[in-house]
Amino acid sequence: MDAAVRELSYAQAIQEAMAIAMDMDERVFLMGEDIGVYGGAFQVTGDLVERYGADRVIDTPISELGGAGVAVGAAVTGMRPIFEFQFSDFATLGMEQIVNQAAKMRFMLGGEVSVPLVMRFPAGSGTGAAAQHSQSLEAWLGHVPGLKVIQPATPHDAKGMLLAAVADPDPVMIFEHKLLYKMKGHVPEGHYTVPIGKAEIRREGRDLTIVATSIMVQKALDAAAALEGEGIDIEVVDLRTIRPIDRQTVIDSVKKTSRLLCVYEAVKTLGIGAEVSAMVAESEAFDYLDAPIVRLGGAETPIPYNPDLEKATVPQVPGIIAAARDLVKGVR
Amino acid sequence: MTGARKAVIDSRANLPFVYRQYSPEQLRQVLHKMYLIRRFEEGAEECYTRGLIHGTMHLSIGQEASAMGICMPLAEDDQITSTHRGHGHCIAKGAEVSRMFAEFFGKTTGYCKGRGGSMHIADVAKGNLGANGIVAGGIPIAVGAALSSKMMKTGKVVVSFFGDGANNEGAFHEALNMAAVWKLPVIFVCENNGYGMSTSTARSTAVKNIAERAAAYSMPGVIVNGNIFSEVAEASFKAVERARAGEGPTLIESKTYRHRGHSKSDRNRYRTKEEIEDWMANRDPITLFENELRDFGFIDDKGIEAIRDAVAREIADGIEFAKASPAPEIATLENYVYTEHA
Repeated sequence: MDAAVRELSYAQAIQEAMAIAMDMDERVFLMGEDIGVYGGAFQVTGDLVERYGADRVIDTPISELGGAGVAVGAAVTGMRPIFEFQFSDFATLGMEQIVNQAAKMRFMLGGEVSVPLVMRFPAGSGTGAAAQHSQSLEAWLGHVPGLKVIQPATPHDAKGMLLAAVADPDPVMIFEHKLLYKMKGHVPEGHYTVPIGKAEIRREGRDLTIVATSIMVQKALDAAAALEGEGIDIEVVDLRTIRPIDRQTVIDSVKKTSRLLCVYEAVKTLGIGAEVSAMVAESEAFDYLDAPIVRLGGAETPIPYNPDLEKATVPQVPGIIAAARDLVKGVR
Repeated sequence: MTGARKAVIDSRANLPFVYRQYSPEQLRQVLHKMYLIRRFEEGAEECYTRGLIHGTMHLSIGQEASAMGICMPLAEDDQITSTHRGHGHCIAKGAEVSRMFAEFFGKTTGYCKGRGGSMHIADVAKGNLGANGIVAGGIPIAVGAALSSKMMKTGKVVVSFFGDGANNEGAFHEALNMAAVWKLPVIFVCENNGYGMSTSTARSTAVKNIAERAAAYSMPGVIVNGNIFSEVAEASFKAVERARAGEGPTLIESKTYRHRGHSKSDRNRYRTKEEIEDWMANRDPITLFENELRDFGFIDDKGIEAIRDAVAREIADGIEFAKASPAPEIATLENYVYTEHA
């Protein structure tokens, strides 16, 4: 197959990145629940245990707190663990080690250690798994200095950002939307990195900036394509990293388009949209705004089981289209 | 001393473990360090009272034999994780009191450059991965360090110190289980001083002895009198041997007592004056060890005096060093949050 058009799924891209990382560096190993012969709850680790052995693809007991702590301890003593939480919701069980230990250890010890730890969090709704297996908790961790928090939105970025995360000396939290795992896209062979802390303009436009994260990037692109016929020209910024956030790319885009719509799946209030909005309001881009900033986020509710209710909980393409149209036409 | 008794002592055959295992000079060094821990904490307490140190601190006065005994068989590159009551562990693992005082004073010359203080005191170069403000926070981290040792084949043993309060945290149970399943070179040391802050182990813990928890994770559970240096060192020695041989973890319960309150806010309303005085008068670990050393002829009064004087000088010098050291610049506030890229 032509290397330039080689396509992988998002899950395959992550798996390939982990294999490359393990090939390149014997300190890299995987830990998590049922990531061995089972292949991971979402088949992201797949058959890696057969290729790298159970000593490097370690099935942990169902002990998120202890497991996260073991990963922290291994990271500060010379290893480079990649720890998979089976569902991002289970981060709540490991929060002590993530927030109090991993994030702060370098700081508390005056720079005497680094914590080169990668944690992967399958996140988001849309699978019918209901309230405890569908959350988007990235903003919780994005609030913690010492952590880096990323949300790759494409297979290409899933691989490149994971390889950047493994090479990073600090703890990197990767939120992977579960509905993206089957998404296919171009993924180059071999080793490459996509920088942490750098947003990507997915589509250039003049009339409106949509800042989106994770699965909402594709939905924003779909909305933009639909509005093209109405003469509305939308710029889509894939934020990619929520800590450290790429302020400049967002501000420059808003200065160009004069309108901002934030789209994210996590609960709307106190979420990433609030941060992006405030960032723009505090910047020179404020003077360029021709309309109020609008946020589309998750409803103020746990994720429900019923599929229609579940869909209604998070932003969908028709809602993004309507909000974008209103903003550009000055209805807002 | 009768001739017969002298002969027995000289042969050391019937003496407790440490007198058979270590040289007189090493044992005198232990006494020196036990005094160093005691005087360091008394010095820190005094500086706190005089307003030279802010925040709070958790003193381990009365627990010195536990820290020294556990660390006695450890090599310099073996590692420990410690607790909020961690000054003794830090000194026992080889830290300098001057840099510890500097840390308590919030100075750049401190072990954590003034960012950690008492509760996060560490000395990574000597294998101390840090005290911890979260009860049981260091236990899984120690297991992770032991996993590194096993994966990198460094031969390092890791000790996790924690208190009785930690034995009711989930992290303790999860960590012990994983260490046992993976047969990791880690030693869990519960310094049971009788109280998790104000709540006694009798009121908080379903088992009589915390060492009994070991049975649930198929590892040896050993109870020692934490105020008798030799007993602690012997248990640690055996656990280290077992760990280095790849046979897995051990849980040691070191029963001890803190003379001071939980922290500086403690009014000691949960225990009696008589109880505290009994431990201080009759079971003080330094007095017990010093008397033994003297009885067995390993040191005389003059030698003890020399140690006390040397320690007093070290403490005074340490405090002076801390006072004279520079404070961090406000502009460096955000340093060390992330690894700096050159």
